[in-house]
Amino acid sequence: MFSNNRTGWLLLSPTIIILLIMGLVPFFYVLYVGFFKWNPLAVDPSMQFEGFGFNYRRLIFDEVFLASIWRSIKFSVVTLFFELGLGFILALSLLSSFPLKSFFRGIHTLPLVIAPIVVGSIFKLFTVQGLGPLPHLLKDYFGYTLNYGLHAEQAFWMIVIMDIWHWTPFVTLTLLAGLSALPQDPYESAKIDGANNFQIFIYITIPMMVPVLIVVIFIRLMDSLKIVDEVWMLTGGGPGYATRFTGIHIWKEVFEKRFYGLGSAMSILYLYITIVICWLLYSVMVSRGKNED
Amino acid sequence: MKIRKLFGKILTTLLWSILSIITLFPIYWMVLVSTRTPVELFGKPDLSPTFLNKIHWKNFTKPFIDGIYSDYLINSIIVATSNALLVTTLALMATYALSRFKLPGSESIFFWTMTNRMAPPAAFMLPLFLLFSTVFKFGDFTLFDTKIGLILLYCVFNLPFAIWLLKGIIDGIPKELDEAMIVDGANIFTIFWKLIIPLAAPGIAVTSLLSFLFAWNEYLLASTLTSVYARTIPTGLSEFVTTTGTNWGTMAAVALVSMIPALLFLFLVQRYIVAGLTFGAVKG
Repeated sequence: MFSNNRTGWLLLSPTIIILLIMGLVPFFYVLYVGFFKWNPLAVDPSMQFEGFGFNYRRLIFDEVFLASIWRSIKFSVVTLFFELGLGFILALSLLSSFPLKSFFRGIHTLPLVIAPIVVGSIFKLFTVQGLGPLPHLLKDYFGYTLNYGLHAEQAFWMIVIMDIWHWTPFVTLTLLAGLSALPQDPYESAKIDGANNFQIFIYITIPMMVPVLIVVIFIRLMDSLKIVDEVWMLTGGGPGYATRFTGIHIWKEVFEKRFYGLGSAMSILYLYITIVICWLLYSVMVSRGKNED
Repeated sequence: MKIRKLFGKILTTLLWSILSIITLFPIYWMVLVSTRTPVELFGKPDLSPTFLNKIHWKNFTKPFIDGIYSDYLINSIIVATSNALLVTTLALMATYALSRFKLPGSESIFFWTMTNRMAPPAAFMLPLFLLFSTVFKFGDFTLFDTKIGLILLYCVFNLPFAIWLLKGIIDGIPKELDEAMIVDGANIFTIFWKLIIPLAAPGIAVTSLLSFLFAWNEYLLASTLTSVYARTIPTGLSEFVTTTGTNWGTMAAVALVSMIPALLFLFLVQRYIVAGLTFGAVKG
């Protein structure tokens, strides 16, 4: 409609420039630093070249780093499982009518907008030994001792519970939007054919919801793979290595030990793994879209 | 059949009541902690709403009036507002370009902006720290520990989402309207001012609010890229972790104050939030 594209590029240019400087330049810079041995606090604070891919070779055998990646993936899958299950049930229940529905939904939306660092603080205040009511209630009514400062398993599951508290609303609302956009015809035909609710759910609702489900899984996986703030606030990555997810591990290596070169290599690997998972899901999404066309 | 339906209704209401208690209980406790003295917090947790009778205001005045937290609060407001304005303006321009012009490679540009959103901030923490403190240098001025640095940086995370959100809306405005205005001799500014902005107003509002919220809530990068002058509220909140013998009351008060914009936001766009946050999913 416009005779030339100059105006178009002009409109697009500020966005591209900012994304280049703040997005792409850091990427190439971290790629570059990753090839050097560099610790500004060491005896020799300069950058030293130690052979091609030196840092990466070190990382392949770095058990702590590999364990942190494995821990992040495990965490992402576990939280996704619970959030999807719970979110689906809640979304389905929101389709029917019951008293105070919009009130309940409003409350359910609340965690969604709270900053991760504030969620970490809320849970710290709620569960910390000597202050929070949760350890007291568990002790009094179930005889269960909650002290995630000492027990690795408890710390991990505490983070899982916090993540479920924080992000189930997102899953619920997204699935609800998807459910209410579904066409009604298949349901009517199924009812005429005498299908029961369970059959309708398995053979009609689930298949029609697959595109929405994939998007939810995509967004949630990306977010939980990069979790840092809440964990940092609640457990600080401890006890030991129990809640040291990849982001926290990089933080500790870079800003406490000042391993710049190794930290860069970690960042690149971390980015690479995220992109691979992302790309896999994206191609599933695209291929499904093509099948439907 | 009728009894079964009634039973289902009761069960659903019960489920949602329990859920709401689980959601609200930790927040309620934070409010309680923020209004109590350290002595009142000692011992067995008292769950009664004591703030109805007496509020220990010192928890709020100590950080925000006597302490440094008022500066953090002002920094947060400046960074989040400027970021929201910048992101909305740039995203509107970029989306219009992507939607109305047949630019070669515009599909790849769109995908590239999206990948910026997916990147884990922790992977960019180190290069940004080094670039901000040593490489991006203009005389004595570095981007490290400046508000302008944070404002520009948050664009990387907010622009993709903003473009994603606005693209559907601007695509939905018929091209014929633009063409009619061009025939009448309107330039690009008139088209934006008279046509695009009024028609896309709800989308623009949600976009800027979400950008504001992101910039307000962001912690990791803010804490690595600032040290004294540009610290925001989330970084201030994290300072409570490292100090020994944490003053829980003050921490709860700061957390509560930093939650206020989020609550206002929720109150304002409660109706749009589903559409805003789930845009891609519903389309997909």
